[in-house]
Amino acid sequence: MTEAVTSIDPGLTQPLLARRTSKRWLISAVLTTAVVALPVLSVIFLAFFPEENIWPHLLETTLPRYLVTTLQLMAGVGVLTLVIGLATAWAVTMCEFPGRKFFEWAMLLPFAVPAYVIAYVYTSLLDYAGPVQGALRDWFGWQNATDYWFPEIRSLEGAILMIGLVLYPYVYLLGRAAFLEQSPSLFAVSRSLGHSALSTFFRVVLPIARPAIAVGLSLVLMETLNDFGTVDFFAVQTLTAGLFDTWMNLGNLGGAAQIATTMLVFVVILVTLERYSRRRQQQFAARDNRDPIQRFTMSMPRQMICVAVCAIPVILGFAIPGATLALYAWEYFDQSWNPDFLENALNSLFLSGTAALTTLIVGVTLAYSRRLHNTRGMQVLMRLSSLGYAMPGAVLAVGVIVPLAGFDNWLDSLTREWFGFSTGLLLSGTAFAMIFAYTVRFLAVSAGSVESALQKITPSMDMASRSLGHTPGKTLVHVHLPILRGTLMTAALVVFVDCMKELPATLILRPFNFETLATYVYQFASDERLYHSALPALIIVLAGIIPIILMSRSISNTRAIG
Amino acid sequence: MRMKLAATAAIALATLPITANAEGEVNIYSYRQAYLLEPLLNAFEKETGIESNVVFAKKGLAERLEREGRNSPADVVMTVDISRINELVERDLVQGVSTETLEKNIPENLRHPEGKWYALTTRGRLIFTSRDRVEEGEITTYEELADPKWEDRICTRSGKHPYNIALFSSMIAHHGEAETEKWLAGLKNNLARKPQGGDRDQIKAIAEGVCDVSIGNSYYYGNMLQDENQRPIAEQVRLVFPNAEGRGTHVNISGIALTKSAPNKEEAIKLMEFLSSPEAQRIYAEANTEYPANPAVKPSGLVAEWGEIHPDDLPLHTIAENRNAAVKMVDRVDYNGE
Repeated sequence: MTEAVTSIDPGLTQPLLARRTSKRWLISAVLTTAVVALPVLSVIFLAFFPEENIWPHLLETTLPRYLVTTLQLMAGVGVLTLVIGLATAWAVTMCEFPGRKFFEWAMLLPFAVPAYVIAYVYTSLLDYAGPVQGALRDWFGWQNATDYWFPEIRSLEGAILMIGLVLYPYVYLLGRAAFLEQSPSLFAVSRSLGHSALSTFFRVVLPIARPAIAVGLSLVLMETLNDFGTVDFFAVQTLTAGLFDTWMNLGNLGGAAQIATTMLVFVVILVTLERYSRRRQQQFAARDNRDPIQRFTMSMPRQMICVAVCAIPVILGFAIPGATLALYAWEYFDQSWNPDFLENALNSLFLSGTAALTTLIVGVTLAYSRRLHNTRGMQVLMRLSSLGYAMPGAVLAVGVIVPLAGFDNWLDSLTREWFGFSTGLLLSGTAFAMIFAYTVRFLAVSAGSVESALQKITPSMDMASRSLGHTPGKTLVHVHLPILRGTLMTAALVVFVDCMKELPATLILRPFNFETLATYVYQFASDERLYHSALPALIIVLAGIIPIILMSRSISNTRAIG
Repeated sequence: MRMKLAATAAIALATLPITANAEGEVNIYSYRQAYLLEPLLNAFEKETGIESNVVFAKKGLAERLEREGRNSPADVVMTVDISRINELVERDLVQGVSTETLEKNIPENLRHPEGKWYALTTRGRLIFTSRDRVEEGEITTYEELADPKWEDRICTRSGKHPYNIALFSSMIAHHGEAETEKWLAGLKNNLARKPQGGDRDQIKAIAEGVCDVSIGNSYYYGNMLQDENQRPIAEQVRLVFPNAEGRGTHVNISGIALTKSAPNKEEAIKLMEFLSSPEAQRIYAEANTEYPANPAVKPSGLVAEWGEIHPDDLPLHTIAENRNAAVKMVDRVDYNGE
């Protein structure tokens, strides 16, 4: 059954677990973290060698605006994704309405659309020359832009909407997984004690789901913080604008690294605050699969509201951009079809698949080691290894190049000196470098979600398994992993789709003549030729949908079985 | 166990280099989109049998080259914008090369004195005006862009874009910092909207009636005229070669440089020579409506129709030298602000 919501002393369970634990988990965790943290540490290292001190100039001129805009953007996207993500996750998990099963996976569809693609599409639809304003002018007989007012899509509000529409699935996914894992009896108990459904939602359901929601929200906020493509396109000047300006225009990589490091500190503070605020909570909810979820049956109007709440984000975030891309792809098919698409798609699938697997293995290793050795040191290691996500991709790519090329050149000098031959660059400029970068970047996704799910498994499970003579490894394989199946699938899915869309690091790190779908789209989109990139952009979206559907099914099944 | 096996296999696969280094290759780090280079590289391979490999990115390639050091596979770097290419020289990542062919093909003012870079094309930074709302000859110089009569009538892309930074740097070279800052503040004051989009978007904005005057590179206009959907928009603007009567129109370059570590130096030099040759220069001129750097090659028919360009004879390196001052000036006048 369930032993939840009550606060217990977090130290209580630890010695029991730690006692007969082999040191292997600790060592592997420390080594993994060391490797994974290298790129971030490299960027921090670079921050010590600026070309000149940029801060006086920044403080005097643009920094206040960058900061304010960044905060506004993060707040806007945060609120939007929370509202959409939680409302829809709750609706599809707990309410019965027509199309519920469809929306279970359809809510994830916008996730397959890269933010830069949705930004391009909506700009082409909503700008002056686009069909919307064109139709309005025809109807009302307006002559030109000075005759009427129309909301400017290239604005802070536009950026919030675009980014929010494609990122809310983070909150939805993790929120839904958390709702599914909650025992329905909790809800029943709360209702029987006289709480309304709404009050139960805020007082019981949300607090229990909070660790998972916090992971989802922090992913959203970090991705928002380090976005450059969308905000640049919309002329919204966030900190990343200042960062790239310092790097590319002032030729001051060190200064740019300082801004990146400042952003890291910002993220660390944010995450720490969230954790601090729930430091006294520890929840163990043994899942009870025999107790199926009793969904609310509702009146017709309420069901319609549910349908609308779920349909609007999918229409705006997926159907409209997808249909627009399809239309452009159709119109420009002859100019954009390219026999290399298949190869590009295979490259994307191979890289994303491998990276998803690697990221999952590393994430589980770290999260489980932390369960075994819940010390302050392990907590710091976990945080450190998740920082890659808080950096703009292009900066992280430089952070990847520094240690990899350093290693390659070191090995090369060694073999030249001792054996008289050159090994050249073994790792730099290979698929390895890209997979490494993806792993570093998206580890926060897998480690974070695995960790939050592991925390909910009661330690008595571990103790039972260990007392029956299983090693920690066997306990993980036979006890935790099966319980975590839904979470693991979710994490792998998110990383996979994220990798499919990843652009800046891929551009910089890739081998010669190597295109993924994302880089292929970018070379046309960056040259102001959206129409030519519509077809490959559509393929990215479609390629992202298939795993979304597959994995969403198996996530639901974890609940249905038993 | 199965997971371990899969992971090992994946890592083994991943570390396989994706291109093998065969004979007769040249490796390119390019700041220009690969598909723009494709016709040129195909022609090069046809003529010499040398294959080209490309990595395209707009950021980070200089850092990659620097960190890869003597083992870098890159032979040449191709860039747009003089400051980008000058940066490679300053960071000591490229080497000088001089051959008879290169020196014959590329005039002295379009190459580094020691051959550390060569321009392949030039592009003018022009003024575009509305055919309906601006008289011909009403604006003829960059300096006039700051004239209060244009208040709320000008559109440009971000002041931080390399093409604008290069233009502002050239203004600093001609007028000094103090006067240029006044000019830039005046220009900022004349903007009809917050800087956004690319150069084509500014021409579109004129067609939409948002503004009457814009700044843009010549080839964007050329490309719009060549695209049947965009031609009606481009036809609503008139093109002005600024300062044609005086010091000349500001031009920027796209160029190529040989890396210090180039493993395929011989092939790389052949590529550089080929790209400066009339054959390749003609492809550049026709496909992207740029001005060929090789004076023996005429601009495309379309470009020639616009009239002759009189480029500013300011040495290109002075533009690179004023870059940082221009960037900071853009911040000080809050050019990109609301």
